[in-house]
Amino acid sequence: MAKHDFKQVLEPTPFHARVDEQSLVKNWTSWNGYQTARVYDTLASEYFAIRSSCSVMDLTPMEKYRITGPDAFKFLSHLVVRDISKLQVGRVTYVLWCNDEGKVLDDGTIFQLAENDYRLCSQHHQLDWLLLSSLGMDVNISKETHEVAALAIQGPTSCSVLTEAGFRGLAQLKPFRVLQTNLHGFEVMISRTGYTGDLGYELWTSPENALELWDAIFAVQNLYNIRPVGLDALEIVRIEAGFIMPGDDFNTAETTVRADHDRSPFELGMDWVVNFNKPYFTGKRALIAEQALPIRRRLVKMSVKGNKPPADSFLYDGKSGKRIGTIKSQVWSPILKANLAMADVEYRNGVAPSEVWAEIYYQKELEWRATWAECRIIDKPFWSHPRRSATPPGQF
Amino acid sequence: MKKYDAIVVGAGHNGLTNAAFLVKAGLDVLVLEKNEYIGGATVSRELHEGWMYSNCSYVCSLFRPEIYQALHLGEHGLEVVPLQGSTTFKQDGDYFGSYHQPAVRRREIARHSKRDADASIRFDADIMKWCRLVRGFLLRTPPDPASLKIRDAMEFAYLLKSFYHLTESQIYEFIRFFTMSIAEYLEEYFESDAILAHFSGGSIIGTGLGVYSPGTAYVLLHHAMGDVDGNIGSWGFARGGMGAVSKAIASSFQSMGGEIRTQAEVQQILVKGRQATGVVLATGEEVNAGVVVSNLDAKRTFLNIMERKDLPDELYQRASNFKIRGSSGKLNIALDGLPRFPALPIGSPLTLGHMHFTDTLERLERAYDDWKDDCWSSDPYVDTLIPTQYDPTMSPAGKHMMSVFVQYCPAEVEGGWTDAKRDAFGETVIDQIASYSPNFKDLILHAEVRTPREIEAEVGLTEGNIFQGELTLDQLMFNRPFPGYAQYRGPVKNMYMCGSSTHPGGGVMGAPGANAAREILLDLGRENTTPEDFGDD
Repeated sequence: MAKHDFKQVLEPTPFHARVDEQSLVKNWTSWNGYQTARVYDTLASEYFAIRSSCSVMDLTPMEKYRITGPDAFKFLSHLVVRDISKLQVGRVTYVLWCNDEGKVLDDGTIFQLAENDYRLCSQHHQLDWLLLSSLGMDVNISKETHEVAALAIQGPTSCSVLTEAGFRGLAQLKPFRVLQTNLHGFEVMISRTGYTGDLGYELWTSPENALELWDAIFAVQNLYNIRPVGLDALEIVRIEAGFIMPGDDFNTAETTVRADHDRSPFELGMDWVVNFNKPYFTGKRALIAEQALPIRRRLVKMSVKGNKPPADSFLYDGKSGKRIGTIKSQVWSPILKANLAMADVEYRNGVAPSEVWAEIYYQKELEWRATWAECRIIDKPFWSHPRRSATPPGQF
Repeated sequence: MKKYDAIVVGAGHNGLTNAAFLVKAGLDVLVLEKNEYIGGATVSRELHEGWMYSNCSYVCSLFRPEIYQALHLGEHGLEVVPLQGSTTFKQDGDYFGSYHQPAVRRREIARHSKRDADASIRFDADIMKWCRLVRGFLLRTPPDPASLKIRDAMEFAYLLKSFYHLTESQIYEFIRFFTMSIAEYLEEYFESDAILAHFSGGSIIGTGLGVYSPGTAYVLLHHAMGDVDGNIGSWGFARGGMGAVSKAIASSFQSMGGEIRTQAEVQQILVKGRQATGVVLATGEEVNAGVVVSNLDAKRTFLNIMERKDLPDELYQRASNFKIRGSSGKLNIALDGLPRFPALPIGSPLTLGHMHFTDTLERLERAYDDWKDDCWSSDPYVDTLIPTQYDPTMSPAGKHMMSVFVQYCPAEVEGGWTDAKRDAFGETVIDQIASYSPNFKDLILHAEVRTPREIEAEVGLTEGNIFQGELTLDQLMFNRPFPGYAQYRGPVKNMYMCGSSTHPGGGVMGAPGANAAREILLDLGRENTTPEDFGDD
């Protein structure tokens, strides 16, 4: 029987040989137990590769589940709060799912690969919940995180890079659509999806082809600036794009110990995903009840004045006012020259506070200082670009 | 003749803790111990030259950090080193390792069942919910739900308020958790036999119940709610063995002016005019005191060292019926080297943790069946540790000490215990370990084998019950040891209880000792020297 290597704390992905070779600073972290680069070289060069040319990120650690069988669609439809009836073969949709109390367990994407054949991607480990939710249904659920190698190719020149690398037909691929293609004789699935809010693709293949796929992309580096990027750069672009991160921006329901520390989709500002016209989904009853009451708090996008980072800041309804919330995650946006944050804010009588101030502690040469900064709640993504949805997307 | 402010009967860790908080409040305190050494079941003993055995309690997790801090136990020489991981060896030659590295542990669970790896996230969060709830009551006196006193009403309100913080479904789950068997509880999460067996072990340790007996789920919590430096569920080794814990408390106590007399067995608590006035020693010597505190278990306290006429009928009956069944044995073994476990890869860190050799719930239940038949388990559940892999003070360099806790071993076997039967019990355990470690028997230099008979005779725990009374719902919180007597006060004035028979129960926790001290100081109108719970939020 296979005995695993206890000296290997973090697991290598199928791309590890290249990831390790390209990593100059060896700044590793765990992403779902995989050895993952936070930064390869410098954060600025990686961030601007995503925003100005082309970035490559090893996406393998993202959790992937294969869901097949006659009840596969019924199962998924019961699982997620969104109406997914328009999903068809070759399409992808964003979803999130709740427990029976209507608290969010995770978010992710569903790919329909064939008739009765789906892939669910998620941020966190979900096999336990998926299997519990499938009781009584004729559906087969298996984890395929390690069996599918995945790369995110994101940025303005991503279409050009992939085309140059040998993939055909990408220019006509619309957002949230899937292209089944091949390269050097092996199969690659390409979806026009991503976590950057920009033009970008995700490539899916079998682990034994991983290195060849990586090399094929970097082979066109003489034509385009292509950089491998780590999780730190991704954190900036996902906040710029306004995407939530379960586990960072809010506590996922399954891991929540203290009552009231989990969050409903409404409290995450994800009302648009919830569809009460569906006859059934897990958490529907609780969410209907919740919707009838004024909302108590919300995860909001906020821009914070000035240049002092509002890390872990408390939020107040005025300078030195009543405490009404906390910052969950925040970045300095190089493209907007602003501090952007995801913040958990109390609402009074269902209404957003008219004023929000952050109390910021920051350090200069090991000396701590405190300041106040005014915050502005923003409904739209902080940043977006027309090329994200343009088809064909153009050369750059 | 000298009159002490307080006498504590028994120098176990709770007796010493209690005494230390009393002396800290300025009382003149004497601790009386029947043995020539202090510590009760929290001891290190050199029974083979060069080897130190933690020969009763053997690991530390539940001891309240608030008490550690308040009594300055670090300055008095205590050091608790976290121990790493645990293993269950399987009969088919494989093993399940719960590694100290979370990523490695997760992958190892997934090797046995991918589903269980994900279910363990739900399990950990759920256990943490109940831990949080119960931990908040450890350093508090249980309210008397039948009392009309303001303090009881406030405490009861506090208890209800903790429940108020749970959601409706969490309250249902909590009540289920308290009444379920560990096997059924775990089966709501896990599917792998070895993982089910591995996680259920903690729920039968010290308990006259089996994995399928209702109420065992709580016992698991009792073993999971401790922490080492905030890592809830972690266990540690006291450097120098468990005796280091009692030694540090004693040192703290003595540094504040407390007095300890060993080889001073108390025969009787003296009662005059419905109030305790002192004790009579086995030698006939009388020692007077304003307050008498018993660290002995409830049965010994009321049936052995108090006179029947001083007790209300109801209390006498409750004490007679108190559930304190012996179910555990212990082997302490001096080893010439580190045993090999061929199932483990070379260099595996798993020998650094708890080792078990029971890989199914069925084998655990069969082990319990033997106990019900008044036999020791022919295929016992053992908790094996080799602390000398961390601690240089307990054996010569390169040699090792192994502590083997054994479940089940009855207080009484058919025809009564004899030395020969005790040794046969020891052989059963050694054979089990040897079937996973071929060189184990050759390494044995000395072994101390303890059945409940030896534990009762030496330590003074009735039936050798390690918790001073079972941790079942009928004997917890305001029912521990008996309804109406859960606030550490005895049936006569100035008489108190401070042992593990009282809330929050067994384990080297110190909480009963501290809680009793708080009540005594309250009655005496003295300053409360006991620490408040650090609190979680």
